[in-house]
Amino acid sequence: MSGPVLGKDLLGLEELSADQIRLILDTAQPLKEISERTIKKVPALRGMTIVNLFFEASTRTRISFEFAEKRLSADTVNVAAAGSSISKGETLVDTARNLEAMRIDMVVIRHGASGAARFLADRIKSNVINAGDGTHEHPTQGLLDLLTLRDRLGDLAGRRVCLVGDVLHSRVARSNLWGLKKLGADVAVCGPRSLLPNAVDELGVRVFDRIEAAIEWAEALNVLRLQLERMQAGYIPSLREYNRVFGVTRERLERAPRDIIIMHPGPMNRGVEIDSDVADGPHSVILEQVTNGVAVRMAVLYLLAGGRPELAEAAKGA
Amino acid sequence: MPGKPTVVLDARSMARTLRRMADEVVELFSGTDDLILVGIQRRGVQLAERMAGYIEEREGVAVTRGALDITLYRDDLQTIGPRPVVGKTDLPLSLDGRIVVIVDDVLYTGRTVRAAMDELADFGRPSRIALAVLVDRGGRELPIHADIVGKKVQAAAHLRVDVLIGDVDGEDAVVIVPREDQG
Repeated sequence: MSGPVLGKDLLGLEELSADQIRLILDTAQPLKEISERTIKKVPALRGMTIVNLFFEASTRTRISFEFAEKRLSADTVNVAAAGSSISKGETLVDTARNLEAMRIDMVVIRHGASGAARFLADRIKSNVINAGDGTHEHPTQGLLDLLTLRDRLGDLAGRRVCLVGDVLHSRVARSNLWGLKKLGADVAVCGPRSLLPNAVDELGVRVFDRIEAAIEWAEALNVLRLQLERMQAGYIPSLREYNRVFGVTRERLERAPRDIIIMHPGPMNRGVEIDSDVADGPHSVILEQVTNGVAVRMAVLYLLAGGRPELAEAAKGA
Repeated sequence: MPGKPTVVLDARSMARTLRRMADEVVELFSGTDDLILVGIQRRGVQLAERMAGYIEEREGVAVTRGALDITLYRDDLQTIGPRPVVGKTDLPLSLDGRIVVIVDDVLYTGRTVRAAMDELADFGRPSRIALAVLVDRGGRELPIHADIVGKKVQAAAHLRVDVLIGDVDGEDAVVIVPREDQG
């Protein structure tokens, strides 16, 4: 078959080529229509068993994956492993072996440890999809952000996108950075220096220390969630102080030279990193992101499900 | 080197054939009430558009069109891998009581049509589903039969029947060529 295909797993956008990213986005586009039908279901993944293995709390991502799986007719099992006291490495190895023994086809994993998805992928034959691992990557969130931006801006080459807030701890930011750069966007980050990576100057992106400057420059802002525990850890003095200096507010956006697309991966801290006026305002695409999330995850599931070169070879020989 | 393509229909005979097929649709259903022409992606969509145009010319009424992508209804995802590009499905939300004419370029194994009927069923319960194909090349693997056929040809399995359409391919023609993967 010609054209790009995906490998066994989707672990991060760092490993994907620009063509592979475009393939996923181009596949997701027509899949959106399925969710608008009366019967929101197609038989593409009939008979496949998918385990959603969530070691960390998640509402949006887990539900989004589950809708995507069900709309493609896969059979799904949810395992919420939060609160397990067993050490993480041992848990994962054991879990992997048990899953294999039950003859599953795919695992969607969210885990607090960076690299957990890779760890699992290296040990089982099933396809593995990373639904967020530590501070490493959250590739399907990155992809849905790209799809949402592309819907609004067309080709992303040269378009100006700024990530705002806690870039240091954000796997969403990391996946966005990889994806945006691969598609040729002009990328910036903006936030307190304590929440930007030490080597931020080596990321090859613009850095804005003032939100006003970022707003003056950007065509789109992806406002990251401020993890409230960062305050206790001393990264920022207070939530009010953070909002005063870095909050995306209507007053600030009104001074922008153009309309700016506003994105947020959720869940939002209204009044901290983003004001309600902005989140619910005319330029917010936050709910489009959620809608696109289902389509992007359907595309990933579909492309990974068929990506079995050994089966294709066998069929050719038959 | 692959042999020369055999031309089954040239541009003028293809237009003539499509006109006749359009007439047959109207004749079969005694008019255009509740009619919708649904093309299968990609070339079926272009053919349905042409036929709908001919019907509109002749009957002076508007004809509803739809597009169907059957990729996600195929039965061979596990063996052949995903089709890289999934096309757009564009149908009215309900097909209840409609007369649906599926339009495709080539009828071969019948598996595409089987998938198309499965997909249509998810959009409601048409009062009638009919099938119109530009070329019937034989070789059925399922009990499926076309109601309206533009041209019947006998093509052995090692041959490929290609329908070329101006909007996509730059010219109108139906040609038979050897399969590229024949060693």
